[in-house]
Amino acid sequence: MAKVKGDIVIDIEKCKGCEVCVPACPNDVIAMSKNVNGKGYNYAETINDECIGCANCAIVCPDGVITVYRKRME
Amino acid sequence: MAEITKEELRQPENLIYKKTDLLTDKPLSYCPGCGHGTAHRIVMEVLDEMGIQDQTIGIAPVGCSVLAYEFMNIDMQQAAHGRAPAVATAVKRLHPEKFVFTYQGDGDLAAIGTAETIHACNRGENIVIIFINNGIYGMTGGQMAPTTLPGMKSSTSPYGRDVATMGNPLKITELIAQLPGTIYVTRQAVHTPANVRKTKKAVRKAFENQKLNKGLSFVEIVSNCNSGWKMTPRQSNEWMVENMFPFYPLGDIKVND
Repeated sequence: MAKVKGDIVIDIEKCKGCEVCVPACPNDVIAMSKNVNGKGYNYAETINDECIGCANCAIVCPDGVITVYRKRME
Repeated sequence: MAEITKEELRQPENLIYKKTDLLTDKPLSYCPGCGHGTAHRIVMEVLDEMGIQDQTIGIAPVGCSVLAYEFMNIDMQQAAHGRAPAVATAVKRLHPEKFVFTYQGDGDLAAIGTAETIHACNRGENIVIIFINNGIYGMTGGQMAPTTLPGMKSSTSPYGRDVATMGNPLKITELIAQLPGTIYVTRQAVHTPANVRKTKKAVRKAFENQKLNKGLSFVEIVSNCNSGWKMTPRQSNEWMVENMFPFYPLGDIKVND
């Protein structure tokens, strides 16, 4: 069975730490960092490699800071 | 199964989604978790997909989204408080070949601009109105708006909106759906991925209607205002589902094809 492998890139300096992306992820890939960015927000970060590139996080992100990549693995 | 490194995955040919170029690189001035940012992006993505960036004129309102022209990389005009539909009428009549839309909040569209909104809808101007309803005056500090729910607390109704003294909430979307000039009236939300996709379809339909000169399309987006409601973004989205949606049910209200 072909498997889909995805990855997200988060622009942490533009992230405002609203956490709206966290419940949107079906595989619990995203969590909030303990560190803060230049504005003082706890930014979102990936915590595992389960991403399938569904882009749910990116389309609910109010600030559009998430870029999504996806590739089909044969 | 072959393994793949993150560097190999992060190649342009694998790109699925990135922020549209029709939004500028300026950081949005909205609070964390505010639906305005998502609504901005949906409108810009639709314009991008239709390829009408250079033919579109947007009208910015007064309110939180007063600086929309800073973020939307298209021709914009900012209107006096509530007068965006009147300005849009003028722009569309002078440039009938252009796509014209207004982007307004509930304090702008449903309070001070009620007359302009209702008459523009009743005349059936061939424009698109995007209406962000968060039930409160967000920009000025969370005062009660016409759309505030009964019993809902705001800075000018600290014990909750009392309908006996403060009047009933205004369902302006249902109101203008009665008018013969409107062709498409819908209410959507942007708090979950599924709702964002539906909203994008609705906005796309609205601009397609304008392309076909059908008449006025009105898209209400029920949004959160976590700062004004004094909640975290996630709490405010849950509160919105529990309290706003029963009063402002989502879905198409009027579709004339």
